[in-house]
Amino acid sequence: MSAHAHAPVGGRLVTAPFLVLAFLAAIALALLAGRFVYGLGAVTNLNDGYPWGIWVIIDIVIGTAFGCAGYAVSLIVYILNRGEYHPIVRSAVMASLFGYTLAGIAVMFDLGRYWNFYNLFLPWYAQPNSVMWEIALCVAGYITVLWIEFAPTFLERFGLHNAREKLSRVLFIIIALGVLLPTMHQSSLGTAIVILGHKVSPLWQTQFLPLLYLSSAILMGLALVPFESVLSALGLRRQLETGLMGRLNRVILAVGAIFLAVRLGDLLFRGALGHALAGDLQANMFLLESALFIGGLALLARQQARRSARAQFVAAVTLLMAGILFRINSYLVGYEPVNGTWHYFPSVPEMLVTVGIFSIEILLYLVFVKKLPVLAKHA
Amino acid sequence: MDGELNSGIGGVSRREFIQFCTGVAATLGLSPALGVRIAEAATAPGRPPVVWLSAQECTGCTESLLRSTHPTLEHLILEAISLDYNETLQAAAGHQAEAARHASMKANHGSYVLVVDGSIPTKDGGIYCKVANRTMQEHVVEAAAGAAAIIAIGSCASWGGIPSSGPNPTGAVGVQKILTDKTVLNIPGCPPNPYNFLATVLHFITFGKLPELDHKNRPKFAYSRLIHENCERRPHFDAGRFALEFGDEGHRQGWCLYKIGCKGPETYANCPTILFGDVGPGAWPVGTGHPCFGCTEEGVGFTKPIHALAELKTVSPPTAFARIAEDKGQGITPGAAALAAGLGGAAIGAGAVFASRLGKAEQAESGEHADSGNPE
Repeated sequence: MSAHAHAPVGGRLVTAPFLVLAFLAAIALALLAGRFVYGLGAVTNLNDGYPWGIWVIIDIVIGTAFGCAGYAVSLIVYILNRGEYHPIVRSAVMASLFGYTLAGIAVMFDLGRYWNFYNLFLPWYAQPNSVMWEIALCVAGYITVLWIEFAPTFLERFGLHNAREKLSRVLFIIIALGVLLPTMHQSSLGTAIVILGHKVSPLWQTQFLPLLYLSSAILMGLALVPFESVLSALGLRRQLETGLMGRLNRVILAVGAIFLAVRLGDLLFRGALGHALAGDLQANMFLLESALFIGGLALLARQQARRSARAQFVAAVTLLMAGILFRINSYLVGYEPVNGTWHYFPSVPEMLVTVGIFSIEILLYLVFVKKLPVLAKHA
Repeated sequence: MDGELNSGIGGVSRREFIQFCTGVAATLGLSPALGVRIAEAATAPGRPPVVWLSAQECTGCTESLLRSTHPTLEHLILEAISLDYNETLQAAAGHQAEAARHASMKANHGSYVLVVDGSIPTKDGGIYCKVANRTMQEHVVEAAAGAAAIIAIGSCASWGGIPSSGPNPTGAVGVQKILTDKTVLNIPGCPPNPYNFLATVLHFITFGKLPELDHKNRPKFAYSRLIHENCERRPHFDAGRFALEFGDEGHRQGWCLYKIGCKGPETYANCPTILFGDVGPGAWPVGTGHPCFGCTEEGVGFTKPIHALAELKTVSPPTAFARIAEDKGQGITPGAAALAAGLGGAAIGAGAVFASRLGKAEQAESGEHADSGNPE
């Protein structure tokens, strides 16, 4: 099916970064044990005013936006039929695989009564009008789809060519689902804020949030590709993919321009832009977020810069930061519970769990690229 | 049946009467369609005779029947049944009343309904309650001999009630203890809900038999569920919100009364669902803020102290509940701030290091081919 050969990178598995990441993961697991014994209140700073903290916003909302790499690249390669990006599909799908699987697991940490989780999948309890239900089922479905989409890598590694052939014949259905499902739930993550109503500052609360969440998820997914490409090139001593990434950055620029046009146009149209100059935390965070979006895209606007690996990397990081801030701002900074004065700032254990989850993600990345044919084979 | 019905129901409109009968069907847990059959039976010409004996009682059961509005007691006794003997309601007195009772029992032998309220004294030959110079024990045994059905109304008749609570000076027992060889349908309560009695009687009139009974011979439609299960304050129990004394904050908020002795968790009755007095929601003991004292339940009402904790039949409250006072959350702590700043700093630092290394790597590669892509 693919004209591009992939190969395991090889090399020693247990390295210094591996050990550091494993240590961070172990801390997170120990803290999670405490969470399951003593409850959410013992580990997190969550309260009735802020029932969603960083375990939802970072681990799930941002984690799945990172996980949109596979979605965004599949969209370009399979829907827009741009085959030149095919060599990066597999590593992008793997980024999605980790992002989504860990987000799915992280949901369990944040659910107060996690043992009731299975009810979600019982059709007779389904509430199809619920945004949360749609997100949960879509994410669960997409995790399954991703593992099937990624399965050829395992089948190739273990020489199961027969099964690989059979899977290839039906893989297009899975790929189609893999493009459909994130479109649905990434926009629903925005809808989840829409239903919070006036609790969310006018700087973020808009009926366009579903579109903004979807387009910024695609933007983050795409930005993750050059980011990951550069890191793996430097970390695993591989060649830079500057040329391919340069062309991908044109797509990033286009998606980013659409996002920014809708974002700023909507603020202007609603007359909400005045809030940006209020000088408070929300206003300053909005300015920072917007500056990152505009800065990242401006960096890519010059053709010269798109050819430079360093500019690509800085732009990718800037845009990822912008997407992260947009999510944190719209869910946490711009959010104010109505009754009384509530406070939320993540506790130290809460942050360490999130760090641990991302450590596991990078750890798995290292194991997978070294042992499985994920990255494109270089000439 | 319209004309027949209208003449049979007196001052009530036809519509109201059918509504009442449908309501009775619902109380009995039957299909509303059977309401019409109940209406027909309640207006049929041959009204079943009823003999009502009052033993050691306070007339509370009769009083509560007087307060029923659908049907009214006068409709019941004048149109639906033929109340041939009842010491509170009969016009006759003395020998005349006794004669009427004996005449009815003789004429309707095997087909009348015997209703008893009040407990039966057994101590000292049962001399503590006598009518017409005979003990209640003798009256009950005699009347039961020709009865088609025997209904014990009220807790006293059902299991002894208040006269039987310690030290029980009269040796009071329920009707079943006297009539050991017969089925006595018990409608306990102090007083019982009049509709449980009316529904039972109308069931008997309509279908010619008594409703389904539980192991204590109580009609299942009324006594199969714990009060605790249908209580409107149950969510407070589950959430751990309890009134701890009368008039405290929890009591004023309408929280669960379990900790001030509510016996709802060990008492079987339908009080929370059919309520009392036809005045709408809240018209039952727990609804007004008083703990249920278990009047329908033998061994609970008049036996356990009102303040004593109920013995839970189903879920026990956990030893630790979620906090009632809401935690408003705390702001940023120095540790959290340091960690957040550290993580942010590490990310920016790592980014800068990578960016600078990237510059060198690029320079090294620029001599060769910078593009490793593979366009098709």
